[in-house]
Amino acid sequence: MVSALFPLTVEGAKASRRGRVLVGPVDLTLDAKGITVVMGPNGSGKTTLLKLLHGTARLSAGRIAWACPPEDARPQLAFVFQRPVMLRRTVVQNIAYPLRLRGVSRASARAQALDWAARVGLDAMKGRPAWSLSGGEQQKLALARAFIADPRVVFLDEPTAALDGAATREIEAILAAARDEGRRLILATHDMGQARRLADDVVFLHQGRVAERAAAPNFFEAPATDAARAFLKGDIVE
Amino acid sequence: MGDLWAGLAQGFWMVATLDPELVEITLRSLRVTLTALLIASAIAFPLAALLAVKRFRLRRLTIAILNALMGLPPVVVGLIVYILLSRSGPFGVLGLLFTPSAMVIAQVIILVPLIASVAHQSLRDLWSEYHDLLIAMNVTPWQKITTLMWDARRALITAALAGFGRGIGEVGAIMIVGGNIDHATRVLTTAIALETGRGDFALALGLGFVLIALALAVNLVTHWLGQTEREGRW
Ligand SMILES: Nc1ncnc2c1ncn2[C@@H]1O[C@H](COP(=O)(O)OP(=O)(O)O)[C@@H](O)[C@H]1O
Ligand SMILES: [Mg+2]
Repeated sequence: MVSALFPLTVEGAKASRRGRVLVGPVDLTLDAKGITVVMGPNGSGKTTLLKLLHGTARLSAGRIAWACPPEDARPQLAFVFQRPVMLRRTVVQNIAYPLRLRGVSRASARAQALDWAARVGLDAMKGRPAWSLSGGEQQKLALARAFIADPRVVFLDEPTAALDGAATREIEAILAAARDEGRRLILATHDMGQARRLADDVVFLHQGRVAERAAAPNFFEAPATDAARAFLKGDIVE
Repeated sequence: MGDLWAGLAQGFWMVATLDPELVEITLRSLRVTLTALLIASAIAFPLAALLAVKRFRLRRLTIAILNALMGLPPVVVGLIVYILLSRSGPFGVLGLLFTPSAMVIAQVIILVPLIASVAHQSLRDLWSEYHDLLIAMNVTPWQKITTLMWDARRALITAALAGFGRGIGEVGAIMIVGGNIDHATRVLTTAIALETGRGDFALALGLGFVLIALALAVNLVTHWLGQTEREGRW
């Protein structure tokens, strides 16, 4: 059963730890289509905001609401970490894991996992232990594992931050294909080139607040705030 | 000195020819310890997993109790089980004292804390590795435990092997609650103690060889498990 998830409404959302506000208050509305890129310097709150939206970070104040009840939304969301977590299993078993959790039979989960391994270019190493993959291969595994359960929305936290150019290009191709399939992607990055290549719209964070929210062309052509202008120019923004 | 050599040769001969008494004692030892190991693992593994993933109220207390129990000398465990099972004790009516069941009970009490604490360390490390992923995937508490136990299966088997080594070589507790009765509760270690005391080294040494072989086998399997881990097999 797929209920309508969007719009996602964020009102006065805040995350605090030990009395310090990490993110917020944030007000935001996300619609059903495309890739939203969350940009901002290190420490601006990208990871925290993504986890808030995904529901794995505790909301200290405010409201984050999907168009359906949260228990219907959660199974349709997936999260990809900056540093992928590898289960101590083979590549195929890692990719198949979310299906096994959902009670899909071993044979069917394996068949689908092999399919996904091929789609992300890991078929040659399907039987290898996941820990033996390179950083880029591990991240491709993490993408396949996130996509296999057919999530409507995928949160990606700087998935290419630790990767070289070639691996980054492959991952961006996988993400573009996922968007074209109708998946909703919310991607944190501080890689300007990546943002330009992938963004449909941009959320620019600065010191835990949304400093700017705009369609991608507008943001890159005519940033409205000093912080965004400096960030786009490549200046150091604190 | 000549006695010793003769005993050594005769002990070796008893192993080689599968001396009936030696076989009987060995099989009883294995039955008692393997039964205790099975029961102890069934308690210790899930307990260790629970301690690793869940922050419940009595968690710290449970860990403290396990650690305290692990430091308990086996003779003391034997003494306590003896008192509990003795005719005037609370479980006296069961008539278990001086039976293999009493020995199994004593060994379970010795093995649970050992296996649980070894298993807990591995499961806790694995959980800190998996935590973010499994939380993000919305797994149920039961799925957390089964995932951890499956992916740490080699460490769990290693913990069980350590338990087997402790159980098969243990003498203090089973001597007290089993009584070392011929054809009933005599096992490898208690028989060795008895025969040595009587100066009959042949049987003692024969049984000693069996114990050493079992310890070696445990080490080999542990080593082999580490090998499969590194090579990513099963
Ligand atoms: N668990 C935490 N406890 C305390 N502070 C945290 C925690 N996680 C993140 N922070 C702080 O929150 C701020 C935002 O962090 P983060 O969301 O990771 O930013 P980004 O992903 O943009 O680099 C930083 O100042 C960081 O130090
Ligand atoms: Mg971050």
